[in-house]
Amino acid sequence: MITRRKLLMLLPAAAMAWEYVAAGTPEISPNYSRPEHWWGMLVDIDKCIGCGNCVRACAAENSVPDGYFRTWVERYHVAGWQQETPQVDSPNGGKNGFPPSKAVGGKNFFVPKMCNHCEDSPCTQVCPVGATFRSIDGVVLVDEKYCLGCRYCIQACPYGCRFLHPAKHTAEKCSLCYHRITKGLTTACCESCPTGARQLADLKNPKDPIHEYLKTHSVQVLKPHLATGAKVYYHDLDGSVR
Amino acid sequence: MPVDGFMYPNEIELQWSVLIVVYPFITGLVAGAFILASLERIFHVAAVKPTYRLALLTALAFLLVAPLPLQLHLGHPERSLEMYLTPHKTSAMAMFGFVYLWYLMAVILLEIWLDYRHEIVLFSQSTTGWKRLLYRALSLGSSNISEGSLRVDDRVGWVVTLIGIPSAFLLHGYVGFIFGSVKANPWWSSPLMPVVFIFSAMVSGISIVLLIYMAAMKLRRQSIDMRCVDTIAQYLLYTFIIDFALEMLDLIHRIYEADESFRSLDFMLHTQLFFSQVVLQIVLGTVIPILTIGFIQIFDVPEKLRRMAYAVCGCLTIVGIFAMRWNVVIGGQLFSKSFLGYTTYKLDLISREGELVAAALLILPFIILAVLVKILPPWTESQAGFVREPSVCELGKEA
Amino acid sequence: MLVVFLLVRAQFVPKSFGQFGHYRGDALNELASKPISFAGHQTCEECHSDVLEVKKAGKHAGVNCEACHGPLAKHAEDPGSVVPQLPDTAVLCARCHEENIAKPKAFPQVVSAEHSGGVVCKTCHQPHSPLLQPGDKKS
Repeated sequence: MITRRKLLMLLPAAAMAWEYVAAGTPEISPNYSRPEHWWGMLVDIDKCIGCGNCVRACAAENSVPDGYFRTWVERYHVAGWQQETPQVDSPNGGKNGFPPSKAVGGKNFFVPKMCNHCEDSPCTQVCPVGATFRSIDGVVLVDEKYCLGCRYCIQACPYGCRFLHPAKHTAEKCSLCYHRITKGLTTACCESCPTGARQLADLKNPKDPIHEYLKTHSVQVLKPHLATGAKVYYHDLDGSVR
Repeated sequence: MPVDGFMYPNEIELQWSVLIVVYPFITGLVAGAFILASLERIFHVAAVKPTYRLALLTALAFLLVAPLPLQLHLGHPERSLEMYLTPHKTSAMAMFGFVYLWYLMAVILLEIWLDYRHEIVLFSQSTTGWKRLLYRALSLGSSNISEGSLRVDDRVGWVVTLIGIPSAFLLHGYVGFIFGSVKANPWWSSPLMPVVFIFSAMVSGISIVLLIYMAAMKLRRQSIDMRCVDTIAQYLLYTFIIDFALEMLDLIHRIYEADESFRSLDFMLHTQLFFSQVVLQIVLGTVIPILTIGFIQIFDVPEKLRRMAYAVCGCLTIVGIFAMRWNVVIGGQLFSKSFLGYTTYKLDLISREGELVAAALLILPFIILAVLVKILPPWTESQAGFVREPSVCELGKEA
Repeated sequence: MLVVFLLVRAQFVPKSFGQFGHYRGDALNELASKPISFAGHQTCEECHSDVLEVKKAGKHAGVNCEACHGPLAKHAEDPGSVVPQLPDTAVLCARCHEENIAKPKAFPQVVSAEHSGGVVCKTCHQPHSPLLQPGDKKS
């Protein structure tokens, strides 16, 4: 039975849908063949100096609103042998670097975090309409024109990498600078990292140094017990990292 | 900063607000009220007959309000049609549109129409003016109220109710699954979640019908059918025991296994959630009603005291189940997924997802119910109680 | 009713939906067409090869231009009219080199107050090749 309420809800939705049907197809980026790539990233904990360049660069490149983070850096202090209770801080996501630490002794290090572009991503699984998805080249993306803003994906991400854009009212997260990597550039965070702690990796490119790296170094992913197929590989990630 | 300890920077602000507490609360009442109605129709518990029609109208009133908290919460409610156009098969939330529509059209509306068709046709003939038009429209063109046609109504209605029971479980169970299937959140992730949601829904639905029945009788200055409310209270007790057992099982399991999330969740339960979980949900909302109604089963309690006890327990239960939804939804977002910190929920008074809106959404169904009761009276003028035409099976049995 | 639903669906579902998976195929190109802010060091080096020569022989060989100079794609597109502002070394250098217990031990870091007593870094260090050579200005 069509009630008036239903009709009122239907009409604006119909108008919205018609808008992008009528818009036409955007330009295709030349020379880039999606099936030839499978993107990931390598983060070397030994090299991160917590300068926050990556957080600032990402915010500039992707117009990330203040107070929200597509990437951020955490500082860990592990005292003694306790692995389950590190002291962690991330003042403004590490955007302005880190103030001097009050910690004394123990193990101290920085951990950059971002979307892990999971192969078995729990966030794309729960999207009710198909507004977030994993592309053919392995990047988990958000279609901001289609997102309802239900926030289920934000709940489902185990890594806390998603947020709701305060102005667009759609879900947002690291896009692995899709607009850059499809043009042969590296991501903004990798470009601005002064120590090479962050490096973009193309797992399908036989010439990418990641392959040799994975064979010769010990790497870890975040929350491996959740079997998300995370593609951000960390080198020397301590067991205390949450 | 409202953060205690460490939280991932994007976690500090809560994503799902009080409106997402209101939504499962409302659909729970719908499912529960319907199950109570089906007790009479399918399981022939004659004692609760007086509440049959009232339970159906209550379910409809709440069902009509159910999509509102969701629409108000969405970042882009104008795009909600997408859930019907391109539902993502792996998402429990995508089911909402279809389950809701199915339940509204194929179960609730159909059952109410079939049950009331006789009266609707009579009203369409006996009233005048806009009322006549209204009943003519509601009759959907049918005017045959012969014995045979009423028997068909009855038969079909029985089938609809039968289908309605698993449909009610689906309507509310899928909400439990929405939470229970999120492996990222250990407060939510549990195979028990859909079952706990369904049983707590039944508890709340039975209580709300009990309360509305008693209140309606008081308002109409008619006597409360004690056999009816005593039976309803019994079913409430049985359902409560199962619900409580399930929740205790979850709690004991968590304490025993003490996985990586335990310390963080335990602390949260003893601090931020202490009042809403331990005091409101467990003690006031579950233990006291169980003990009270249990006491009434064992010992002889005078009628007046029983009525008072049922009214109080009904209210406590409703508050307790709302608290349960709060504890699940809000509680699940107060702690960090790093298990190293907590945030606070800032509930505004006046905003799209604030207190006033939540309160309005909870009051609206009662206003709708008042209208429904006027159009489709669940009681006959001549009788003190609400009676449905006896079913064919019962007629057959009496013969 | 099913027919009506299917007709409505055909009308309102975006044309590219389902092209590559359960999402709007056009979204891929839309996302790929977003504007770029960082030009990338290869672009900088096309014009500023002199700086590159100095940098690649020094300790900042691995530090890309825009890591210090900020996003300069606009400058690369129109070098004449978009003139970038030189970063303030007093603030810039400390971000990396101020001592912090969590930084790798081998990474060069100082407590700037003790190290230079408030003197701006550029006074002694050349940012493109920062390691002080014998004969460099020192106070």
